[in-house]
Amino acid sequence: MTTDPAIELEGLEVVYRVRGTDRSVLRGVTLTIGRGESFGLVGESGCGKTTTAFTIMRYLPRNGRVVSGSIRVNGEDLLAMGEGGVRRLRATTLSMVYQNPGSALNPSIRVGPQVAEAFELIGAHKGEARDRALQMLTKVQISDPARVMRRYPHQLSGGMQQRVVIAMALAKDPTLLILDEPTTGLDATVEAEVLDLVLALRQEFGTSVLFISHNLAVIAKMCERVGVLYAGTVVEEGPADQVFRDPRHPYTVGLLRCIPRRGVRKDETPLDTIPGFLPRIGALIPGCVFEPRCGLAQEICRAEEPPLYPLGDGRFSRCHFHEKAHLLPRTAPSELKTARHANGVPILELANAGKTYRQEGQEIQALRDISLEIRSGEVLGLVGESGSGKTTLARVLLGLTAPDAGSEVVLEGNPLAGRVEKRSDDQVSAIQVVFQNPDGALNRRFSVKRIIGRALTKLRGLRGSERDNRTKELAQAVRFDESLLAARPSQLSGGLKQRVAIARAFAGDPRIVLCDEPTSALDVSVQAAILNLLAELQAEEGVTYLFISHDLGVVRYISDRIAVLYLGRVMEVGSSETVFNPPHHPYTEALLSAVPTLGGEEKERIRLEGEIPSAAEPPSGCVFHTRCPRFLGDICVNEEPPLEEVESGHFMRCHIPIDELRRLQSAEHDELAKPVAGA
Amino acid sequence: MTVAQDPAAPIAVPVQPDQARIARHERLRLLGRSPTFLIGCLLAGTWIVCALFGPLIAPHSPEFPDVLNKLVGPSGEHLFGTDRLGRDVLSRVIVGARAVLIVAPLATLLGTVLGTALGLITGFYGGIVDEVIMRIVDAVLAVPLIIIALLAIVALGPSRLTLILVIGFVFSPIIAKTVRAAVLGEAQLEYVQAARLRNERSPYVMFAEILPNVMGPVIVEFTVRLGYAIFAVATLSFLGFGADPSIPDWGQDISQHYQFISGGVWWPVLFPSLAIATLIVGINLIADAIAQTFER
Amino acid sequence: MARFLLKRLGLATITLFLLTIIVFFGAQVLPGNVARRILGGFADQRAVDNLNHQLGTDKPLLTQYWNWISHFFRGDLGLSLSYHVPVSSLIGNALEHSLKLAAFAFIMVVPLAIFGGVVAALKRDSIVDRVITLAGLSLTVVPEFVTGILLILVFGLWLGVFPVSANAPPGSDVLVQLKYLFLPALTLVILLFGYIARITRAGTIEALDADYTRTAVLKGMPRRTMIRRHVLRNSLLPTIAVVATQTGYLIGGLVVIETLFNYPGMGRLIFTAASQKDFPLLESSVLIVGIVYLVATLLADVAYSLLNPRIRYATAE
Repeated sequence: MTTDPAIELEGLEVVYRVRGTDRSVLRGVTLTIGRGESFGLVGESGCGKTTTAFTIMRYLPRNGRVVSGSIRVNGEDLLAMGEGGVRRLRATTLSMVYQNPGSALNPSIRVGPQVAEAFELIGAHKGEARDRALQMLTKVQISDPARVMRRYPHQLSGGMQQRVVIAMALAKDPTLLILDEPTTGLDATVEAEVLDLVLALRQEFGTSVLFISHNLAVIAKMCERVGVLYAGTVVEEGPADQVFRDPRHPYTVGLLRCIPRRGVRKDETPLDTIPGFLPRIGALIPGCVFEPRCGLAQEICRAEEPPLYPLGDGRFSRCHFHEKAHLLPRTAPSELKTARHANGVPILELANAGKTYRQEGQEIQALRDISLEIRSGEVLGLVGESGSGKTTLARVLLGLTAPDAGSEVVLEGNPLAGRVEKRSDDQVSAIQVVFQNPDGALNRRFSVKRIIGRALTKLRGLRGSERDNRTKELAQAVRFDESLLAARPSQLSGGLKQRVAIARAFAGDPRIVLCDEPTSALDVSVQAAILNLLAELQAEEGVTYLFISHDLGVVRYISDRIAVLYLGRVMEVGSSETVFNPPHHPYTEALLSAVPTLGGEEKERIRLEGEIPSAAEPPSGCVFHTRCPRFLGDICVNEEPPLEEVESGHFMRCHIPIDELRRLQSAEHDELAKPVAGA
Repeated sequence: MTVAQDPAAPIAVPVQPDQARIARHERLRLLGRSPTFLIGCLLAGTWIVCALFGPLIAPHSPEFPDVLNKLVGPSGEHLFGTDRLGRDVLSRVIVGARAVLIVAPLATLLGTVLGTALGLITGFYGGIVDEVIMRIVDAVLAVPLIIIALLAIVALGPSRLTLILVIGFVFSPIIAKTVRAAVLGEAQLEYVQAARLRNERSPYVMFAEILPNVMGPVIVEFTVRLGYAIFAVATLSFLGFGADPSIPDWGQDISQHYQFISGGVWWPVLFPSLAIATLIVGINLIADAIAQTFER
Repeated sequence: MARFLLKRLGLATITLFLLTIIVFFGAQVLPGNVARRILGGFADQRAVDNLNHQLGTDKPLLTQYWNWISHFFRGDLGLSLSYHVPVSSLIGNALEHSLKLAAFAFIMVVPLAIFGGVVAALKRDSIVDRVITLAGLSLTVVPEFVTGILLILVFGLWLGVFPVSANAPPGSDVLVQLKYLFLPALTLVILLFGYIARITRAGTIEALDADYTRTAVLKGMPRRTMIRRHVLRNSLLPTIAVVATQTGYLIGGLVVIETLFNYPGMGRLIFTAASQKDFPLLESSVLIVGIVYLVATLLADVAYSLLNPRIRYATAE
């Protein structure tokens, strides 16, 4: 084994040719990954992380090219290689795993041959390749690999698919494994499994890893060193724990401050944000790329691009004032508007609500026995993985789909019709929504003014100058510049689009706003601004939120109370602090342990075995019993526990008494030795 | 530095100048540079000019039968020769453009309007409405279009109006299918749901919200179908179902002179054939160029 | 998959049923009275009424419809009004001719078009691609009679290589028959090539741009292997559907070509039946054409579902 680093990037500059002009995407990326080392590349959207990965794989799109810089893999000059050399490298030395494993596999070929291909490409003949494929699938912890090999990709779950892709990638025992957002889009518990797998395999194979993600917590968990990418340049580099604990670049500082941390709640401090926007791709920037948004910027920053200053201990920072980075002024106003309107009076009540779909002759119980109360002025966070029913619940509340007969949905004391068409005008404007995807949520042919104006006309009956004035007021409330009212959604960034969506939701003076993953599609810094906005609007208008998210950190920050869903049932409801701390439901416990945090606390991982069961065939009794690490016995298989108030304001659906749970969960998780249930 | 002032407000708002408008201008520029488009315009344009100014351009009267010069080959006097009644083929070819270029565009317009409406309705409502209408569309498509057109004309008698109506109706199912596919894609998007949550009525959602977003495919369909409409009109007149036998008509002329080919008289057949071919190819080159720019 | 097929079969049956209704009632729109057609314009009105009564054409439409349908599916297609022979024999003869021509055209065009489409996709945006796409496109939209005439003029008249009529002398062997059928088949090939090639090209491009192709490339697979193993499998699926939809046209829509080349196929039969208001012949022949189309599309669906594992094995683990 040589002591050459696995890969060295030096001053890499890449451009894309769009409509005749070259636009800079990478403006000089320099980084080194040693043998067996794991390096995290972190940054927000548009920073160039994926381009970096594809450049290493020499897989740029037709309009992309490397302008200058070098890449050395195992000492070899990658950019100078011809077709044959590149192919050889791909077959033997470099591997890539990217997001969305389902589409990475050919839907028309069975899994087995696809994995075997990787071995054939390094010279194994058919039979040998098949055997080695089988072995590899066992290594990625797929039980019954022979059966999986005969399946087609669409027949496997997301987590399984990603394991298969990882198996293919590691087949050649590569020098470098690139992982580009490999777990984005997977459920929290599944993500944890995959990440653990990658860690274990790294140990075994000694592969170097380049881990690309926008999620700092995941990077902190997975990587020894980290590089922060902004606008196509590495702005800071160093050992992960040091960089995250003591950042030395204003951007890193700002980024870390944006993330909702444990123990921080919206009524204590608003989140810090990074003001401004990313520079446009292709913009010419003479000085520091971050300068327009930097609170510490001086003249020199505008004029001179900072070099990567070495800070010792393998740390680097591209900032003229790196020693002062931690002095970056906070952007959040020190005083918060915390007029709280929460008064405990229920505004929306669900009793016995259920929703069953019929699909391909099967009955899918998307929701079952939902009894929930949303109180006026509060934020109720809704948490759950795929199949939990949270989306269905949102659709039922909005009236986009009618619940099963026997469901009771009551709004402000009046029964709420199942379909929105049958609700009174007042009820319709009372419940509004902010969707996850700002691109699809706004009609791209309408101007912002028309989008908001139309909502005002239909929900409030406003027209003419009255409507225009109110439109301006709403825009101001969401901090949307008036001059942009004539713009169309395609001209706006994600954060701006989401502000428009929020303005539209508030157009009807709603009492309840359903936020369906409103920040999941946004960058961290933008997310912080939007969360602050939502919190502020709530304080001013006294609206109630139903906040759906898979991001536990965000939910914890903004919610007063939290409901945890699993397979269509409510498993636990309680105040934010109650649910997030023991004693809590075993599922909640497992969920929390699966999510990586930046706090650096070492928690023992509770592994959930198996996959989330299909909603078409829910397990008998307690639906969680097939994976529950605190499985009791027959009672869990035969009897579904009712949702009971186990403490004041704390509801749980579990056979284990709350005191027992308190005892078990406070003990240092030694109980994990208990055998896990099987069905 | 405005950083500290209003932290949540984005600072310098770098609004991309209207993407949509730029895209439109760039598309037009791209079109202007595309050789396909230019050739297409040249070919189709020539015939449009002929349709508009035919009688003024034609060297002879297209109807004047020069009985002494029947079936004379191309010569200085008659560049394309004369037909069986001694009429100048060139003049007939020039004036014949009119017959085709009145009916085809109108028929295509009718078909596009109907097809778009149908596509919007089936794509938006889905469910039973969609299933039923699609079954009927499938049943109609099972019979070759030319047969349907033929039967309809036999039933209703040949006239310009009949041709327009028949071809228009016959095209609408195919256009409906394309529009429906585009609408299905749009109907998934959340802005449609957001409209429902404002109690918008269905016609509004379909025509005011969804339709503007599917105009791209609609325009492409229109240009493609235009070519096929000309195809259909020419074929029907070849089969003897043309609108008006008294005016010069390419298809009709071909069918009337086809029998003379074995005798070596090729010019009354070749030139109208080339006219049809070049017109249609021209229109399709334009259609292809437009489709290409939408794809980019 | 069985589910899927059953559903398709059910839908096809409904469509077939609708088709029979459309054909029957559509034909009724044609002007003309059956008995008068037979007896002629000068016949006595009473004789006409009597004949109508005998033939059953004065019964309520629904009864007539039911009579027709029930006989049709038993194989009794009635008697032709113009030719006074059983409709089935007329159709049988015409169908045989149409099938021969269609088969010949198919065998020539399908492999050629698929090859052209794949090549165009692989060399996307190159000269080869533009030529194939544009040439195909331009040739497709030219009406068959124009292409046919041009071919006749060039190959039949000036070069004298191929016969101008499609009718081989009776009793000729296969090769001679093919020689006679060559020009009309070639016309069809020119007509269909562009369309099929374009669909194949689109499908291949979609497969080339797909993530799974990227995975194969990043595994270090040589391009040719990747195309063979990963791309083609997925790119040809849409082509199947398209080819199936052309069968209806190939069997019954070739009125023009049959007229041009003097070939007694289904297209001409329908045309004649329509002009002569021969209802029994007209209805049954149109229905036959429709049935051929529906069967072809159903077979295409079956093939598609067999080849597309997502439909074949619908249930996830």
